[in-house]
Formats: sequence, structure tokens, C-alpha cells
Amino acid sequence: MASQVEGSLAVARTVACCRPQVICAYPITPQTHIVEGLSRMVAAGELAPCEFVNVESEFAAMSVAIGASATGSRAYTATASQGLLYMAEALFNAAGLGLPIVMTVANRAIGAPINIWNDHSDAMALRDCGWVQLYATSNQEAADMHVQAFRLAEQCSLPVMVCMDGFVLTHAVEPLELPRRQEVDAYLPPFEPRQMLDPSDPVTIGALVGPEAFTEVRYLAHAKQMEALDAIPVLAGEFESSFGRPSGGLLGRYRCEDAETVVVALGSVFGTLEEAIDERRARDERIGAIAVKTFRPFPLEELRAGLAGARRVVVLERAFSVGRGGIVSGDVHAAVAGSEIAIHTVVAGLGGRAITRASLHALLDDLEEGRLAELEFLDLRRDVVERELQRGREQGRPGPHAENILRELGIVAAGPV
Amino acid sequence: MSSAPFYQTGTFAVGNRLLGPGEASVQSDPGRSNAITKGHRACQGCGEALGARCALDAALAATGGRVIAANATGCLEVFSTPFPESSWRLPWIHSLFGNAPAVATGIAAALRAQGRTDVRVVGQGGDGGTLDIGLGCLSGMFERGDDVLYICYDNEAYMNTGVQRSAATPPAARTATTEPVGGHPGNAFGQGKNLPLIAMAHEIPYVATATVAELRDLEHKVTRAMDFRGPRYIHVLVPCPLGWGSEPAKTIEIARLAKETGLFPVFEAEEGCVVASSPIRRLRPVEDYLRLQRRYAHLFGDDGRPDVIARLQRLANRNIERFGLLAQAGEDSGGDGRRDLLETLAASERGPQ
Repeated sequence: MASQVEGSLAVARTVACCRPQVICAYPITPQTHIVEGLSRMVAAGELAPCEFVNVESEFAAMSVAIGASATGSRAYTATASQGLLYMAEALFNAAGLGLPIVMTVANRAIGAPINIWNDHSDAMALRDCGWVQLYATSNQEAADMHVQAFRLAEQCSLPVMVCMDGFVLTHAVEPLELPRRQEVDAYLPPFEPRQMLDPSDPVTIGALVGPEAFTEVRYLAHAKQMEALDAIPVLAGEFESSFGRPSGGLLGRYRCEDAETVVVALGSVFGTLEEAIDERRARDERIGAIAVKTFRPFPLEELRAGLAGARRVVVLERAFSVGRGGIVSGDVHAAVAGSEIAIHTVVAGLGGRAITRASLHALLDDLEEGRLAELEFLDLRRDVVERELQRGREQGRPGPHAENILRELGIVAAGPV
Repeated sequence: MSSAPFYQTGTFAVGNRLLGPGEASVQSDPGRSNAITKGHRACQGCGEALGARCALDAALAATGGRVIAANATGCLEVFSTPFPESSWRLPWIHSLFGNAPAVATGIAAALRAQGRTDVRVVGQGGDGGTLDIGLGCLSGMFERGDDVLYICYDNEAYMNTGVQRSAATPPAARTATTEPVGGHPGNAFGQGKNLPLIAMAHEIPYVATATVAELRDLEHKVTRAMDFRGPRYIHVLVPCPLGWGSEPAKTIEIARLAKETGLFPVFEAEEGCVVASSPIRRLRPVEDYLRLQRRYAHLFGDDGRPDVIARLQRLANRNIERFGLLAQAGEDSGGDGRRDLLETLAASERGPQ
């Protein structure tokens, strides 16, 4: 039965059902409600035996998780934004050691300028750290993905990041089906570590590896992600038969049959996109959308198949590679390499700027009329940017961009005026 | 330790052959764990290899072999695990440079969750990994009261990367980043980081310092540390022939001189209070210690810096006062002119600055 619950609390309750043994926590907006929820449950003894460790930084949070996982315990933490970057070194390490840690990332922008609202700059910056990256399109999926994430992590001996949009999902209250503990127990077997620190059977973990073997070890990390690519749809299928609802998987498809135009997106914007597509379908436009739910490993072949009938693809991205453009669109290009499909990258929703249906329609109208460039920034105030660039050319010390632009807009709140 | 006035080897060590099995050192036990076994790649005369083996063997002996170690990046990690070789005969993990205390916390948390409280955790690293890049994690581990013994093997610089300054580098020492050029005396005089005192400020159950000159003392302190639950910290001075420019054969002698000059006070503290300090047996001027190390060579010779040596002497004298390093010694082994020497050394402070 569905109950009204905040996204963060839904994740906390679901993680609790997965019987984590060590949870480490460091506060960062907008992730805090998740570990607060878990903290209460651990204190109440609902998760026993489980240790809740309040650490002094995200770097320590991931390091505690590394120690716990290497000692054979199921370890979980959650973070966002600056916190994810602060633990970057430990993320690579956890992946390199093959430790099946599960972490929620409540996606948030990266400063400067400091900004607490949602985009995907944080997780995208760490896309090559060796973690599986799943992107939830809804709170239901965010909760369900955690159950699958623990199973996937432990089956493949890989760490898994479940990315959910900060505030848009974490702080949204809506009716959700929460997994029950008995159901989860049936789906997720107890953790059987592939390696473990144990005085009865001493092993050395984390030794120095030189050029003679480094390539092979790193290749294995890739090979394991390729195995995960096969495992993810199987686990999602099993989840659906166990829990009675589809969730997760590699891709989500919406009205893609006969679609000439396909919008590819990650995360919660998919809901808005579905509504916009319904409206355009009602006008007989042949348009659909694909949600990339598994971004690492990247489902290249599935996406190629999904885009086979398309003539135009718009990749809607909540992050970008400064100095180049799209991040996801690079992978989309690779998926359709050799085809005639035109690909447009639209950078949207940075730092919490809402991606509205109106904005999406304007964007799709531009596409229809051939006005959409290869790289676009949705709802960008070009006039404001041009004047700031002009100030830079004319004045010796024009001052910081962020403050100049806020002053020019005459507002302090985010969002287009 | 026994207070019997044995003096056989010039070390003031009590020979194991004179002790009963219960009092003999862990290292003298043919069944010792040999935590770091032969074949590792440490330099000749490496103080860290010696200190780590003795410390971990003592921890293993105190726990019936139930120890897991978390190691920071550094010499100890590099010379012991060029895979597929590993010198470690206990479960051992290396994660990163700055996170060994947090990894140790994670191990301890997992063991607690699993109900395996018989297994104990040792975190370890060098002075860079401990005082500098790992200090945040270490302080967090202390503050939370995690059940971890952390051991710092202090060789007073970043030796693994080629002898650069750390927060533990003493004043006037030459490192690759504190060259004594242009009238600079090597590393600047400053407060540095006295991590044993910082650890004590956390009021953790047990803090101790030791040197590889007195391995029985080190064993005793590790064994004592395993009597406590909660965070414990042991700071071991481990001379580095490569970085200090000293003879490999003189590692023990130099470590002993660090203590006998007062430059490295050897003491124990519980709950933030010093409870014991090892007396200086024969007080020596700091010059005796400095002269054996090329990192201080610029202080001697025609263009020497007696003023800098005097400042170093003053630091040693301050330690002697602060930790009562002579007061206790005065009673049980009299008469080699220590008081006179101290006065001479105090006079040297008043010399050129």
C-alpha cells in the first residue's frame, strides 16, 4: 500500500530494509534527511546489529565505508555535491579495491559560485571513478534502486552510486510503495564478501602494483562493469517479479515507438518530459524520450537499438564539460556512430533552475523549426552574459562574474526573470 | 621495566637471558608473530621497519594474534607490499595516504557490528600521513572514541617522496624543501605539531612515545595500549638513514641520543595527563645527536651556526623541564655530572642567538 513519504525518508527506510551493518554519515544539503532518518532507526535499535558512525568529513565517510566493507560488513553512506568531490580520492580507491559499498548521491551543483540546488555536476565529475552510476527518474525508483544496488554491488564486487535529484526528489513528499523487509530479504541475500580482513585467514589488501600488472588490474575493473551491464537488466527483471513493479534497469523508454525525435535525459526531469511528450503526441508529433537510468556502465548497444528509428536526438543534460559541451551526449554520439541521426546537446537545469514544460516546448519548437544549435543552454539569458563579457573587455577590474550578474538581474533568487 | 642497574651493552637494556619467560621480550620469543617478515625492501638501517615489526608483534602477542592493520601510504606501505609479494603476516589493508585512521574506524565498526570484539585494530602511518594529511581523520577517530590503536612512525619528513619537510621536521633540519641556503638554517624554527600532546588534548585513554632504541619499552607500551578500549596513540621515533644522512649502523644510537639529549621526550599519558616519563640516563648535549646526521651538517664547520645549535639546545632543555626527564633519574642512578652538564647546556642558551 502506498504511503505519503518524503523521498529522503523513503530511501532511508529502504536502505534500512537492506540490513546495512555500518552507516557513516556527514551532513551535506540536500542529502541530510536520509542519514538523519537512518540515525533515528539505528538509535532505536531497529537495524541492530548496525553501527552508525558520525564522521568528520566525506573523505572520512568513504574511508570508514572502505574499512567496514573490507572487513566483510555491508556499508552505506550518502552525500552530494562538494561532499562527493571531497571524497573523490576514496571513491577511486573503493572501486579499485572492488568494495561493494552503496551510496546515495543527492545530486547538487558544484561551486563556485556556491549553490545548493540540483544539477548533475557532482556525479558527472566522478563518472570515471569506477563506480556504477544509477540515475533515478522518480522517488519510487530511487527507493527501489537501492535494493537492486546492494544486490548488484555484492554480486559484481563493485561500488554503486544511486543518484537522485537533490530537493526535486529528496525533499518531495508523494505516495510511494516502500519495500518491506521480508520482500527485501527474499531478494537480497546476506553479504558474502569476495575478500575480507580476518586474522584467521590474513590477506594483504591494497598492495602496490607496478606497470607489469596495472593495466590488467584496471582492465578488470572495466570488465566487471561490463558484467554489471549484463546483470542490471536481469536484476531489474527479478525485482519486478518480486515486488510487482518495474524499477531501474538500463534505460527507460517513453512513447519511442515510431518516434522521429527522441529526447535523452537523466533523472527527475523525465517526468516533465513525459508530460511534454504527451502534449506533442496529441498534436501528432512523432516524439518520445529515453531515460538513461544506468550511466556507468553505459548501455551503448541498448541505446543504439533505442535510437534506431530516430532522425533527431536531443540530449538534455544537467551538467556539462566546460570547454567542450555535453557529457552524456558524447556517449550518445558513440552509440549512434555511423548513422545519420542529428544530435543536439541541451544543457539545462543548472544549479536548480527549473526545467519547465514551457521551456521544453520552446526547445522542441526550435528543433522543429531548425533553430536549435548543436549545443544550447536552455533559458540562458544571453543578453546578460553578453553585457558581462563586454564589461570584462572594457574594464580593468570588472569584479566577480556571479555578483555582477546578480546585480544586473536585480534579484538574489535563482531562476530566470 | 626492571629498575635493576644492568649495564652490559651500552644500551641500558636488560638482557633477555637474565629474565624469566614471563618478562622476556616478545622479540626474543621464537614463536613471535614476525608481523613483517623477511624480504621487504626497506633501506639498511630503517628505523620504521624495525619499529613497526616490534610494535605489531607486541600487539599480536597481547591479543593472541587477533589484529587487523590499516596502513597509510608511505615507506612502510611501499617497501612491504610490492605485489605479489607481501611482508605482512597479519590481515592488512592500505587505502590512501590520509585516511588510515578512518579506515581503521571502519574496520572497528564492522567488527563491532559482527560481534567480533576479540579482534583488535591497529592503524599506522608515517609522520606525513599522521601529522599532516591524515590529521583530520585521526582527530575524528580520537574524538569519537573509536577502538583503535594508532601508531605513528615518525622519521621527521616525507621520506618516501624524497625527503621533503613535514610538520614533524625539526627546526634547522635540511630537507629537499628546506635547504640551508642563503643564510637560512634549514627548516624554520616554529611550533611544529607535537602530536602526542595534541592526542592528549583529546583526552583519549592512552598516549605514549617511544624510540627504536628501546624496543622493550616500545613493546611494553603497545602491550599496555592493548589493555585499553577506545582510541590510543603511540608515537615512535624512527631514524631514517636516507633522509637524515646517517650511518645505517647508527640508527639505534641516534634514536637513543634523541632521547638522551631531551630532544625527544619519552613518556606515557592517560586521559590527557602524563603518568610516566623515561628518565635521561646520561644527559648529552644536542650537538652529539646533531653531528651524526648530515641533515644538520650546515650547523657545523667553519661556517657553522652555533647560534642555531644553541636554540636547539634550548628546545631540548625545555623538554627536560616540561617532562621532568632528569628529576626522576637523579634518584636511581647518580653521579655522572648530569646536573653540571645541564647547567653548562643552560649557559649555552644564553650564548649567541
